[in-house]
Amino acid sequence: MFTRMTHVNIYVLDQNSAFDFYTKKLGLKVITDVPMNAEARWLTVGMPGQPGFEINLTPIGAGMYFTKETAAALRDLVKKGTFGVGVFTCVDIYATYEELKAKGVEFTKAPTKEFYGTEALFKDDSGNWFSLAQLVEK
Amino acid sequence: MLNGQYPKLYFYSRLVRAKMFIDSHFSEPIDLDNISDEACFSKFHFIRMFRNSYDKTPHQYLISLRIEKSIELLKSNNSVADTCYAVGFESLASFSRLFKRITGLTPSAYAIQQQELRTKRARLPLSFIPACFAYKNGWTRKTAILDK
Repeated sequence: MFTRMTHVNIYVLDQNSAFDFYTKKLGLKVITDVPMNAEARWLTVGMPGQPGFEINLTPIGAGMYFTKETAAALRDLVKKGTFGVGVFTCVDIYATYEELKAKGVEFTKAPTKEFYGTEALFKDDSGNWFSLAQLVEK
Repeated sequence: MLNGQYPKLYFYSRLVRAKMFIDSHFSEPIDLDNISDEACFSKFHFIRMFRNSYDKTPHQYLISLRIEKSIELLKSNNSVADTCYAVGFESLASFSRLFKRITGLTPSAYAIQQQELRTKRARLPLSFIPACFAYKNGWTRKTAILDK
């Protein structure tokens, strides 16, 4: 059986811009940053509190993983905010929300109480959206 | 108020401002009394509220931030002594003790480990990329990616 998930891909429009967004605004740490070719690097980030889990900031470029047509279509979809990527949890959603807003992160939903906790929604610099949640203890 | 559900807006803006002050000035001799004054909290109220929001006291947070930054500097090939003072510690002994308590390694041992990793990464970058991604691009373990 599986033991744990170690890597996920988030498709980004521009790796340099994503690097700034995920490290400087969200405060994630770079785990691996090695060149793959002239245009792209293997760039993973993670959280000190969750070792062993890496988010691969994957550039949407033709020739790496995608055909030219697929890359163009995927870029359009990401820009439109089609993809909800995941949930980040935090100790105090109001403090985290205030801090991220102060750093320029765009929220599409302010903290709102839901049956599972309190949740806000924000977008990354490419258009991928995330939930920020302070979950109710089960 | 946001959607009628967002309590204590003013309180949170003060708390976050204090936390971001620590984030920007961690390498300086920070006086936590001054931060709580700036944030218009009494010292004990500030410590309690900070802990509620960040799971650490302001002092614990400052130490963990300095250690996090020192990890980044050591990864970038800075010397242990330069790193120690650059992140705001005043003595190598306390830096070393706190670094080991948090990471399990002394700063020197960590620096050596990172040096080895840098050398390996430069020589065999593919060994840092899961095989499935490399395989999809037709690379093999012994391929120098940049030559392709």
